[in-house]
Amino acid sequence: MELFWYIIIALVLAIFFVLDGYNFGTGIIHLFFAKKEKDKKVVAKAAGLFWDFNEVWLVAGGGMLFMAFPTFYASVFSGFYLPLIIVLWLIVFRAIGLEFRSQFNNKMWTSIWDTSFGISSLLLALFFGVALGNVVRGVNLGGVEDGASLYEAHYFFLPLWDSSFSPLTEHPGVIDWFTLIIGVIAVVTLAIHGATWIRLKTNASINEKLKNVIFTLTIALSFLTVFSLIIWQIVNPNSLNNFVEKPYLLIFPILYLIGLIGLFFIKKIKKDVHSFIFSTLLIIGGITSSLASIFPVILPSTNPENDSLTIYNTAASNYGLSVAFNWAIVGIILLAIYIIIQRRLLKGKIDKMDYGH
Amino acid sequence: MEDMIFYDRLQFAFTITFHYIFPQLTMGLSLIIVFFKWKFLRTKIQKYNDAALFFMKIFAINFTMGVVTGIPMEFQFGTNWAKFSELTGGIIGQTLAMEGMFSFFLESSFLALFIFGEKLMGQKLHFLTGFLVFLGSWASGWFILATNAWMQHPVGYEILDNGKFVLENFSELFSNPWLIPAFLHNQFASVVTSAFVVASIGAFYILRNKNLEHGRLFLKTGVIFGLVSSLLVAFPTGDWNAKNVAKYQPAAFAAMEGIFETEDAGAEIVLIGQPNMVEKKLDNKIAVPNILSFLTYQDWNRQIAGMDQFKKEELPDNIPALYYSYHIMVGLGTIFIGIMFLAAFFLWKKKLHLIRPLLWAIMFLVPFPYIANITGWYVAELGRQPYLVYGLLKTIEGVSPTVSSGNTLFTLLGFVGLYLLLGLLFLILVGKTIHQGPKPIKH
Repeated sequence: MELFWYIIIALVLAIFFVLDGYNFGTGIIHLFFAKKEKDKKVVAKAAGLFWDFNEVWLVAGGGMLFMAFPTFYASVFSGFYLPLIIVLWLIVFRAIGLEFRSQFNNKMWTSIWDTSFGISSLLLALFFGVALGNVVRGVNLGGVEDGASLYEAHYFFLPLWDSSFSPLTEHPGVIDWFTLIIGVIAVVTLAIHGATWIRLKTNASINEKLKNVIFTLTIALSFLTVFSLIIWQIVNPNSLNNFVEKPYLLIFPILYLIGLIGLFFIKKIKKDVHSFIFSTLLIIGGITSSLASIFPVILPSTNPENDSLTIYNTAASNYGLSVAFNWAIVGIILLAIYIIIQRRLLKGKIDKMDYGH
Repeated sequence: MEDMIFYDRLQFAFTITFHYIFPQLTMGLSLIIVFFKWKFLRTKIQKYNDAALFFMKIFAINFTMGVVTGIPMEFQFGTNWAKFSELTGGIIGQTLAMEGMFSFFLESSFLALFIFGEKLMGQKLHFLTGFLVFLGSWASGWFILATNAWMQHPVGYEILDNGKFVLENFSELFSNPWLIPAFLHNQFASVVTSAFVVASIGAFYILRNKNLEHGRLFLKTGVIFGLVSSLLVAFPTGDWNAKNVAKYQPAAFAAMEGIFETEDAGAEIVLIGQPNMVEKKLDNKIAVPNILSFLTYQDWNRQIAGMDQFKKEELPDNIPALYYSYHIMVGLGTIFIGIMFLAAFFLWKKKLHLIRPLLWAIMFLVPFPYIANITGWYVAELGRQPYLVYGLLKTIEGVSPTVSSGNTLFTLLGFVGLYLLLGLLFLILVGKTIHQGPKPIKH
């Protein structure tokens, strides 16, 4: 049951990053590449059309995490208190940027909200990457000092950063050079994803140029990926053991690799939907590989006194999980129906669609 | 510790108050939109369809605001109330996850279809998508109220040695005796809010002498929905809830009604008075003897426990706030019935659009149903104090152990600033939509 819920939640969150991920990416592209008002409008529309539906995945994933692994939810949410609240603020800023930019035909008004949309998308992508970096790096659970826990064994609190900015000190913050690099990888990945989405859904005049952008970013991402694997070894020497012990887990990094290699051929790819599939593989492969590397741990403890959090020691009761299993099956079927209906009715390029409420 | 819990409670109260402005409108308004769309299907008169589409725009703005202010609510359980989440997540996580899975997905996917899909799918399907949006928004209310009902009156649980609550009986979560009255009371109250909004926009158009035909339709619909729903809020649902509080949370009931001392020969109902916490009595009291006993138990002389019957630590920790919230809610509810009754009378006489003072009143009363709804929520939450899970888990035991009060104060100030901006933008946007009005009617 724990494993079932772990997979479901990982899936929901991966879908969230695929769906809302193109919004973050669209925001980043919007910030740097959409110069003409016509393009800005179309690009913002590519993100604006579905964002509230995409956001639902975050809410649903959060709710399931709360239900299935309450100890993990409590530990992580209070431990990463400040960054999470900042993420909340950024989500609000991005949403209002998208919703409000086209409400008034005034240059200053639209440029304020464009910037708000772009910067909050960029920072959100960065923060989500940093969060993933924190999860694989591990934290000082229980806040152990001189061999004694300051709190209960699964509580902790991380400041935003420590003055040394290093993941190797006794008390690293949320942001250090390791998590920051993972954050940059997330930004680059999502920018690629956003670009493939814009190409898929719009006829913006920047679409040709975006091919070059995707190509350059893919090269950069390859270097960053190799670099991150090296520093990951420094931060956590056991990080790849899981893949050696359970070789079937290698399927996840292979997904990532397929996505990465596929995007190198961006200039030859004829159909936009193919490049979108490659960037989707990139995201799913990246997230699942990170999770698989620490499985069944979901938050490693960096001190030897306290146990790492696993899907088994943080889960709710078996009865609760089984009851939820039953309604989740019904829910998933309903959800599939909603999505099929929605996507069938809203398919195609969005330029001509009448949007804006 | 005291300090810490103060900021955590303040932050939750602030963010949920702001959040609750939006769903209470969307829940009620979705019903009225479905009504307009249904009328259009039956009569084929264009103005009904215009009305449905016009209010859909206002619905959509509110829905967006509800989503962006709702995500922090879910996060805050973990960030600020980690201990509470850890201990009860196995139970209230069920209802919250179901809300996301069933109602929120339903509402958001069909809202997009309702907004974009009229031309794509024909009128009958368009009505159906509107109906599903309504279903989703009411289901959302149902799951949230089920969560709250469990905190008010816990059922179907077992407590382990380590203090964790685990689910023992899933179906009891939804057959909780607290749930149905609270849900119906809440839903009808949200219909009151949206009826006032609809009537108020109608009154505004008539007073401004523009969009007259739509204005009259809005006014009429708003008044009829307003009268029916404000009556249903008071009776039977309000009465039913009060009886539940008297039964399950007698200490909260005594504080709400302002009964400091138990009267053996039946309790009076307090209309006006200010709680004096030093002398433990009501100042400037106006009360009618024996009515409360009758209303609660249909027995004029039945004794009702006063606050003197409970230990100090069992009583709600902010009695005046609870007492005032309750009296404001009841008082406003009574005023709504009066106003809507009067308006309905003139509507029946076909003179309502001529009675300008009443139109002005309807137009300006619009903030008050919001106040009544929010104070109603306060009554439930303050009444449950000093517990998070009534009788079982104290509020002070639920707070995050590692988050210091300085952090909470910082984030509270951040939320205040952000929500001020959000509120301002919301008003601009709704104002713009009302100013544009529905599509003009072609004759």
